[in-house]
Amino acid sequence: MQHGKYRFIVGFLALPLGLYALFVVWPFIQSIYYSFTDWTGLSPEFKMVGFDNYSRMLDDDIFWKSLQHSLLFALLLPVVTIGLALFFAFMINVGGRKRRNGPVVTGVRGSGFYKIVYFFPQVLSIAIVALLFAFAYNPDSGAINSLVRGIGLDDVQPLWLGDPDLALWAVMGVLVWSTVGFFVVLFSAGMASIPAEMYEAALLDGANRVTTFFRVTLPLLWDTVQSGWVYMGILALGAESFAVVQIMTTGPGGPDYSTTVMVLYVYQKAFRDGQAAYATTIGVALLVVTLAFAAVVMRLGRRERLEY
Amino acid sequence: MGSTSAEHHGTEGVGRRDLIKRSAALGLISVPTMSFLSACASSGGDDSGDKAKAGKKTAKNPLAVNDTAGMEFVLFDGGFGKEYAEDAVKIYEKNFPKASVKFSATQKIQSTLQPRFNQGTPPDLIDNSGAEQMDMGVLVGKNQLTDLTPLLDAPSYDDPNKKVRDTLRPGIVEMGQFDGEKVWILYYAYTVYGVWYSQKALDSLDEQYPETWDQMLAVCAKAKKKGMAGWTYAGKYPYYLPFSLYPMIGKVGGREVLDAIDNLEPNAWKHPAVKACFEAYYELYKKGYVLKGTPGLDHIQSQTAWAEGKALFIPNGSWVENESANVIPKDFDLAVSAPTGLDSSDKLPFGTIWASGGEPFIVPAKAKNAAGGMEQLRIMLSEASSKNFTGKVKSLTAYNGGTDGIALTPGLKSGVAALDKAGENVVNPRMQDWYVQLQKEKIGVSGLGEMMAGRLTPAEAIKKIQGFADETAKDDSIKHYKHQ
Repeated sequence: MQHGKYRFIVGFLALPLGLYALFVVWPFIQSIYYSFTDWTGLSPEFKMVGFDNYSRMLDDDIFWKSLQHSLLFALLLPVVTIGLALFFAFMINVGGRKRRNGPVVTGVRGSGFYKIVYFFPQVLSIAIVALLFAFAYNPDSGAINSLVRGIGLDDVQPLWLGDPDLALWAVMGVLVWSTVGFFVVLFSAGMASIPAEMYEAALLDGANRVTTFFRVTLPLLWDTVQSGWVYMGILALGAESFAVVQIMTTGPGGPDYSTTVMVLYVYQKAFRDGQAAYATTIGVALLVVTLAFAAVVMRLGRRERLEY
Repeated sequence: MGSTSAEHHGTEGVGRRDLIKRSAALGLISVPTMSFLSACASSGGDDSGDKAKAGKKTAKNPLAVNDTAGMEFVLFDGGFGKEYAEDAVKIYEKNFPKASVKFSATQKIQSTLQPRFNQGTPPDLIDNSGAEQMDMGVLVGKNQLTDLTPLLDAPSYDDPNKKVRDTLRPGIVEMGQFDGEKVWILYYAYTVYGVWYSQKALDSLDEQYPETWDQMLAVCAKAKKKGMAGWTYAGKYPYYLPFSLYPMIGKVGGREVLDAIDNLEPNAWKHPAVKACFEAYYELYKKGYVLKGTPGLDHIQSQTAWAEGKALFIPNGSWVENESANVIPKDFDLAVSAPTGLDSSDKLPFGTIWASGGEPFIVPAKAKNAAGGMEQLRIMLSEASSKNFTGKVKSLTAYNGGTDGIALTPGLKSGVAALDKAGENVVNPRMQDWYVQLQKEKIGVSGLGEMMAGRLTPAEAIKKIQGFADETAKDDSIKHYKHQ
């Protein structure tokens, strides 16, 4: 049987791979090709310019700033979001005290309610979330500063999106808020499939909640965490970060380039400045960053898989 | 309960799980990164010569439009709506009953038309406006547009003895030029920029609109005592500040200073007039005359705060009357003034104002019926069509006049008065249409925005902006322009 195995696999994969090649791989190749031209995106004429776009990119301060911010997004957002989501999911499913006559392993009181609350932002489109927070961050009459005033801190009225030191964090906060619910649900599903005997055994051995989490829950959930990590990193490098930065920030991308990210820069170069070729060059850089990110996560995350 | 890992499958080839996992990961990565860019993959356009043949040139048809050729008109469906253009299309259809006119209005100018430019089959007339405006400099640089000189030299729709060129407001023809004599764009709307305020609020302070900066500071001080800020602006889009700052620089130092800035001349920003004006604006911040929190407000939020009476003045354009119509109170008595100068030693008199065209109309070079597109514009530039536009959307047009006999709103009336007062002293800085990135995110956000938020001193802001301008001047991926 062994010799026919690959033919068998190829037979099933031909159609999907063909579509994939046409709609994903081919555009990639085209984009890379355009990055060696001076195409404006507004006329059919262009010529090859070699590595001009690449050398220009390396000298471009704004590109480096956007790269820096994108990397920060890709590193920090998954850590914070997944950390929070794991904590919430653990408390909802496992972290509760044992109640009389109840099951041994249970979530905190009201966990069903929390599950819905956490998931709620997920049903809103990211554009709406960004707009909502743009209003909340309004330093003059927004919800956050009004609240701060309300508790008597009249002198503490940050400019939020208007302050280069705060703007990037304000934007990240919105992304965490809007994505954490999805991972809570994802991890809850993962935790539900962990057999209760394992927890019972851990409890009998006298493990507390922290030990249970690190010794039982996390190792058994590792695969899910890893895919979640890649998924979140790509959100942070791609569409979601574009939407919030474009909608919420000064400029957009400011103040003083403090929030610009690579996808935003690609968009601005292609569709505002009529420099599609240069934009594809930045797109290629973004591709490299994304591939590197996925490779690192896959490599670091390689562990013995436990089957149960 | 055994434990195993991917490595153990080595002898059997690729494990099923690994295969699925890896391809899923690859797919996830690839989709968001680049595919959206190549959506606009270009295909070499071919110049198949299927252009409409010229028609017969008559007094009624000075552009020699082929009366059987189709004409396609794509309008930006924005703040001005599409009714005014539909009305003009009806006149075209009446004049050329045998021609079939295809009219469409969209907000997505770029997404709709970019592929058609790339294929070499654009429509005959486009209102290239809105957030999805296609870069004019690139369109001109790549020879994608038709020279509109024949239209400008044609007799006007109302008076055969007057050329279209002579019926337009100051600056309109010049704005359509990029380098040299050819006119590529016809701006149909006419925008008045300046300092907008409520006459009622000024009256309540017992003040006139200030003509010198000392008076300006005095008015702001008085307002502050009443718990009102002097100024606010679109803090998130600080490139609204130039609407009053640039004409002030022009008033203080003369037109040459603004021209030097537009021409990206070395040290243009280091002119004493620029420094004086920057310092004057910085003083507003220093003395606490700028509404608290302004750097975090967007244009709508700042206009709302201003309409609520939290601030007296706001730099803006004449669209503000329409845009903020639902928050401006009925008795607000909206008015616009030319910017305040420094003192009596300024080069130009008080009243010097920035006014320029908006709603850029273009006729593509590869249009099948370019003459038809131009004829449609000629119709729109008639007195009747212009009046129709002004009456419907509360904005002036490029047609000089056309305001008699229609009821003007307070802001519009004040705009007309300001233009009358300015007379010849209308300045037209070109930064925002020549160098969008430089004007918006570099000068606007990173220079002026930082200065007005108090994070840069005027001297630092000038140094930074001069650096940005020099960078742009050196950047050969950007097309450069000069005032003629």
